[in-house]
Amino acid sequence: MNNGNVIEAQNLTRKFGNFTAVDSVTFSVGKGEVFGFLGANGAGKSTTIRMLTGILTPTGGKGSVAGFDIIREQEKIRRNIGYMSQKFSLYEDLTVEENLAFYGGIYGMSSKEMSSARKRLYERLNMGDIRRRLAGSIPLGWKQRTSLACAIQHNPRILFLDEPTGGVDPLSRRAFWDIIYDLSESGITVFVTTHYMDEAEYCGRISIMHAGKIITIGNPTVLKKEYRKKTIEDVFIYLVSNADVQTNQSNN
Amino acid sequence: MYAVAVESLSKSYNNIHALQRLTLNVKEASMYGLIGPDGAGKTTFMRISTCLLLQTSGSVTVGGFETRKKPSHVKRLIGYMPQRFSLYQDLSVRENLIFFADLFGITKKERLNRIDELLSFSRLGLFLNRRAGKLSGGMKQKLALSCTLIHKPEVLFLDEPTTGVDPVSRREFWDILADLKRGGTTIIVSTPYMDEAERCDRVGLIFNGSLFAEDTPDKFPEYFKNELIAVRSPEIVRLARKLDFPDVVLDVRTFGDRVNLTVSNALGAVPVIEQFLKSNSIQNAIIERVNPSIEDVFVGHMKNE
Ligand SMILES: Nc1ncnc2c1ncn2[C@@H]1O[C@H](COP(=O)(O)OP(=O)(O)OP(=O)(O)O)[C@@H](O)[C@H]1O
Ligand SMILES: [Mg+2]
Repeated sequence: MNNGNVIEAQNLTRKFGNFTAVDSVTFSVGKGEVFGFLGANGAGKSTTIRMLTGILTPTGGKGSVAGFDIIREQEKIRRNIGYMSQKFSLYEDLTVEENLAFYGGIYGMSSKEMSSARKRLYERLNMGDIRRRLAGSIPLGWKQRTSLACAIQHNPRILFLDEPTGGVDPLSRRAFWDIIYDLSESGITVFVTTHYMDEAEYCGRISIMHAGKIITIGNPTVLKKEYRKKTIEDVFIYLVSNADVQTNQSNN
Repeated sequence: MYAVAVESLSKSYNNIHALQRLTLNVKEASMYGLIGPDGAGKTTFMRISTCLLLQTSGSVTVGGFETRKKPSHVKRLIGYMPQRFSLYQDLSVRENLIFFADLFGITKKERLNRIDELLSFSRLGLFLNRRAGKLSGGMKQKLALSCTLIHKPEVLFLDEPTTGVDPVSRREFWDILADLKRGGTTIIVSTPYMDEAERCDRVGLIFNGSLFAEDTPDKFPEYFKNELIAVRSPEIVRLARKLDFPDVVLDVRTFGDRVNLTVSNALGAVPVIEQFLKSNSIQNAIIERVNPSIEDVFVGHMKNE
């Protein structure tokens, strides 16, 4: 790993048949950054995250996460990162506590480690009241917190969050971002996708993806200046609409 | 006449009161936005209105027909997109669209035009042959929306339709809704996006099964109990979390180039903020009063609960 980067991707590519979902993307993320990974629907964000988290093997290029190779050391990566998938994959018929135990097991935690982690998380995320409830029966905002707890109970240094706030009301979204900042201040690197552009404004750096490629990357304030737009939403719409026109032309 | 009239609607499951005497009216060919936290009763309301669930008491009338008495009449008038819409995962994008067009009795000729129109917002044109199960999360959502919009119902119920949809498609989806409305469709939509609420003719804020505010979007500032000031400066954003003055600043909201502060008294707060700026050596910051948005009203109310 060089110059303090904890995530590196170099010409990272993933094809499904002859369709290229992720098309040679190159970027890096430094320790402790809150990095916003934005993009159009189907641009390849989730696919990229699945490659970086060792779930999916790239068909081209290379990368490393926490110093481990994403092709050869997938198992090590999974133990050193936390991952929250797009659909908060909780077991609805298990209680909150049972879900935590299940994911703790996957991360190879001992039951002693798990119970001390649980104590800490219940307090930090204010979850004490819901721990015995079935995950299927709690409101979405709490499901989101539970999935976050599942993803951070083993103290990962890097956190991958794929649309963690989809469909969650504004108050819960803000509470969630407060937690993200706390984590980031304690040195954890956060790699997050979102379609809420107000959240993008909170990130230290963002990238915008379209049709498998990263079309811009940088600090939100700098990008707004560069493209002479007032908000990141305007930057996003401007860049993605233009890229769309180009894709359509090259397909004709 | 109202396209949808809801009279004192209540629904209880055992001892959970999902709806408590909810009353609201939606004018024909208008757009009504329903905003509320998860569990506030939005989905229960939509399920009763679309004849999928029976209420405990009260009534819903859609296009002049009461849902409990004339469900088959109501069903003929409405379109409904539930939060979790199931597509046929092993049918392609094209096959799903055709399936729903057939289901709603759309003629072949109408179908072509309609599908074209929907593809321009969804950008799924390049993926017509891909199986729905292989689409990305947002692409699935857009396909589900397209399947709901393929017929033009008189009354459309949409439960958080744009969750997971990217900003470009979201904007264009709302343009399609505006077109439908111009064509006479009445639309009731729930959403966690406050900018979408601003596009509705009327907005109701729902919590614990009943409305606590309802008005046209431009009237919402009047429902805000405190005052709102903005501090504009690129540096302030970084320091937003340090603006911790419990009795003066009630809420802090960060934007790209400013923070918005909810204060009980703007005159009293300004010196405190100025002192804060000074001690953090921030120069050239602009402090000004701003109009509260629907989100500010919503969050303000929720924090008081
Ligand atoms: N197993 C698969 N087989 C075929 N195509 C796939 C598969 N998985 C993903 N894709 C395609 O790859 C592209 C990228 O999908 P991905 O889920 O990474 O998008 P995304 O950027 O996360 O989008 P969203 O914002 O909608 O979540 C899409 O066109 C999708 O249909
Ligand atoms: Mg995705």
